[in-house]
Amino acid sequence: MGQILTSDETRELARQMRCDIISMLAEAGSGHPGGSLSAADIVATLYGVVMKHDPERTDWPERDRFVLSKGHAAPVLYAALAETGYFEREHLGTLRKLGSILQGHPDMKKTPGVEVSTGSLGQGLAISNGLGLALKIDGETAPTVFCLLGDGELQEGEVWEAAMFAPHHGLTNVVAIVDNNGLQIDGACTEVMCLGEIALKFQAFGWVAVQCDGHDIDALAAALGGARKRAEAEGRPVVVVCSTVKGKGVSFMEGLADWHGKTPNAEQTAVALAELGCDGKES
Amino acid sequence: MSDKRATREAFGATLVELANEGIDVVVVEADLSKSTTTATFEKAYPTRFFNAGIAEQNMIGTAAGLAVGGKVAFTGSFAVFATGRAYDQVRNTVCYAGLNVKLCPTHSGITVGPDGGSHQMVEDIALMRVLPGMRVLVPADARAAAAAIRVAATTPGPFYVRLGRAAVPVIYDEGFTFELGRAYVLREGTDVTIASCGVMVERALAAAALLAAEGVSAEVLDVATIKPIDVATIVASVTKTGAIVTAEEHSIIGGLGSAVAEVIGENVPAPLRRVGVKDVFGTSGDPEELMVHYGLTATDIASAAREAMAARR
Ligand SMILES: Cc1ncc(C[n+]2csc(CCOP(=O)(O)OP(=O)(O)O)c2C)c(N)n1
Ligand SMILES: [Mg+2]
Repeated sequence: MGQILTSDETRELARQMRCDIISMLAEAGSGHPGGSLSAADIVATLYGVVMKHDPERTDWPERDRFVLSKGHAAPVLYAALAETGYFEREHLGTLRKLGSILQGHPDMKKTPGVEVSTGSLGQGLAISNGLGLALKIDGETAPTVFCLLGDGELQEGEVWEAAMFAPHHGLTNVVAIVDNNGLQIDGACTEVMCLGEIALKFQAFGWVAVQCDGHDIDALAAALGGARKRAEAEGRPVVVVCSTVKGKGVSFMEGLADWHGKTPNAEQTAVALAELGCDGKES
Repeated sequence: MSDKRATREAFGATLVELANEGIDVVVVEADLSKSTTTATFEKAYPTRFFNAGIAEQNMIGTAAGLAVGGKVAFTGSFAVFATGRAYDQVRNTVCYAGLNVKLCPTHSGITVGPDGGSHQMVEDIALMRVLPGMRVLVPADARAAAAAIRVAATTPGPFYVRLGRAAVPVIYDEGFTFELGRAYVLREGTDVTIASCGVMVERALAAAALLAAEGVSAEVLDVATIKPIDVATIVASVTKTGAIVTAEEHSIIGGLGSAVAEVIGENVPAPLRRVGVKDVFGTSGDPEELMVHYGLTATDIASAAREAMAARR
């Protein structure tokens, strides 16, 4: 089983993952930095502290599952998988290239540790519900399915069809996480298609909604780590709505929709890596 | 042929022209206005542009309502989401009622590149072609795209105009007018017919040049309208050559290859070879590398032409 990290180690994992994200995207020349960086602390906390998982046994029945519903943030998942030992870091340099195990969007048939193929937004929560049901049918009570969604992604109707489904079927083994960075492609979510209060919407659908600072490792560890227990206690699934900053960690990317799907040039890459204190191990 | 432009570049600009001319155009987008270029229209006509957010089914449904209300409703998004995600809305709401909705999604085919198989739509022509009343246009360059969008805007009923992300050489002259239902004979020949569409048209022309160097005379068609297909032109060409190759940046199932097979099978049975994506999903890679990987080069078309000719008795 993967080792459980301390807060400081998790912060370091998140920093290293951000270095990986910048390096792999710069090398690929295309891809999505903004939403990968905003989710780095969430994903680092899941893989470092919260989830039971074992890079040596990707088919271990008792492992927790992670579903990256916002599939365009694949680099954050690949960074976590590489840093926790699912595959050699060298693969990161092959992102998005012909023949790579690291596809532009997560591919469960190609990448060790990727549980579900995603890329078409809005589908991950329904898949997570199905996975949660399958675990229950098999009597696997321990595993939790963690599903990470984008805030813009919540505009897809299927998300709310799935949001209706989970409480109805008592899926306390599914935890939804929202990367609430306020931005999508065409601009601020409030301007493109206003979502209103995300937590209230989930509550109205029968969920327990927990708010959390998506860049505070301790707060994340508490919220995500306690979600399953809370769900069992209340008999309803839990959603953790994380306040985040798109592009977090790279000053010139922070809070800008423009960096959703654009990669840094050589000069910008050097600045970004320096800001993150990257040691050149990556690349 | 040095000028290169993506067919999607024609989208927003043509919509603005149409509105300027007084056509009652409205646009519904799904959070991809920069990539599809509908942002150009939004800038010029902000009150006629509606962003549905990341909600393609809602995009098509809203466009349908606008059409019921008398508008010429264009929709954006990427080919994979506009056709796949919203298929029931396109079928049961738009086509069943024959509404004036014009789907012009961009990022069709494998030239989408590094985003990978989840985003490379190679089944859209097939999905749209089977719908009663749907007209399917696959423009070969930015000029043909502008002209195709114009035809869609001015002809009542549902249209699918397939646009691409990658820059492609300009083939047609300025002022080119798109004739609905016509296949264009771009090069005359007597030994084999190459029927192509979209980004494969320039490759079909290059293949004809390769074949000419071996003394093979290939006739090249741009089947810019897949539906209604130009039966007369295809039959006339195959009657002359007796062998045909289809070339499309799409699955060999259900697209141009299938449409041509239906035409020649019923009218002039002849050896056929289909160049296209061979019943697989795409993968991440550089667009040009992918064209080689999936066998969509001029060389592949030329070998298919030799095979079709060899199969002819
Ligand atoms: C069904 C579907 N429609 C459109 C897209 C294109 N797309 C990719 S990312 C994105 C915006 C996502 O915004 P959000 O969910 O807020 O993600 P984040 O800000 O975390 O990057 C869009 C529209 C897609 N991948 N899937
Ligand atoms: Mg967002």
